[in-house]
Amino acid sequence: MKRFLLPFAIFVVVVGFLAVGLTLNPREVPSPLVGRPAPAFTLPQLHEQDKTFSPAEMIGQVWLLNVWASWCGGCKEEHPVLMRMAKAGEVPIYGMDYKDRRDEALTWLRRHGNPYPLIAVDEAGRIGIDYGVYGVPETYVIDKQGVIRYKQIGPLDDELVAKTILPLVQELRNK
Amino acid sequence: MRWLALILLLMPALATAEEAKPLAENPVAEARLKQLAVELRCLVCQNQTLADSNAPLAEDLRREVREMIAKNMSDQEIIDFLVQRYGDFVLYRPQWNASTTLLWVGPFLLLIGGAITLVTALRRRGQAVEDATVTDEEHRRVEQLLSQGERRS
Repeated sequence: MKRFLLPFAIFVVVVGFLAVGLTLNPREVPSPLVGRPAPAFTLPQLHEQDKTFSPAEMIGQVWLLNVWASWCGGCKEEHPVLMRMAKAGEVPIYGMDYKDRRDEALTWLRRHGNPYPLIAVDEAGRIGIDYGVYGVPETYVIDKQGVIRYKQIGPLDDELVAKTILPLVQELRNK
Repeated sequence: MRWLALILLLMPALATAEEAKPLAENPVAEARLKQLAVELRCLVCQNQTLADSNAPLAEDLRREVREMIAKNMSDQEIIDFLVQRYGDFVLYRPQWNASTTLLWVGPFLLLIGGAITLVTALRRRGQAVEDATVTDEEHRRVEQLLSQGERRS
């Protein structure tokens, strides 16, 4: 009986590691951008094409940058959450329409509602690369100095917003 | 003379910037892109390299790498550019650092552990065989069985 003890202990440890491994999400790759200044860009706006948007305009405010597209399924899932956040008005959510067609993006917003005060258009996906975007939707929390403090890969949900995003926004505001 | 001046003035119009050319037109750049792309991970389909993947992001990243090659950036500069944006995960071959030490060293540790276990087990078994005592009763039984075997053959 005693000689089975060691193999059994090893078995339990391996099962433990595998069990933890199963609960991790391989899509959540830690972003090297957290803690670094948000990459600068100047992009045309979705609604007023002749105007541009640049994150430099947001210095002094805590804000969210939400990368989305009309072709993205996760964005539809996330959208009601953004709509509720916009209605509550706790933090401004700026949109970045990623690799999308303008007309399709506008139709999508008319159908589902528009939570963004302003949307920048990254048609070629180049700014997306600067932000390390690889799975829309992605959301960045950017502080008053323009530093990225948090990155969410994949859709936001109510729990994440209440437990992580909003407390972080509050904390960054008080700094 | 006036005509010459006019022609000279129009010359810059011919020197407009162009989009990155498709790779087939530049075999040297193509070879470099291929060589780099197998070292880089496509983040959408995570177990494929940038060279294998047809995901739109992989296409964009290949375009980006192609443009960096055209700008004469070194392999290291190109890799740094991607690591700055996507982290070490973009490297298909994990780097040696604090969090990957176990990954690199682990198999060798397991091998050494296995070898040690094997050697001790064999030594212990060797001793056990030497120490085995055979009683007279057992000895007789062995003789009997062996002689039976002889008869059968």
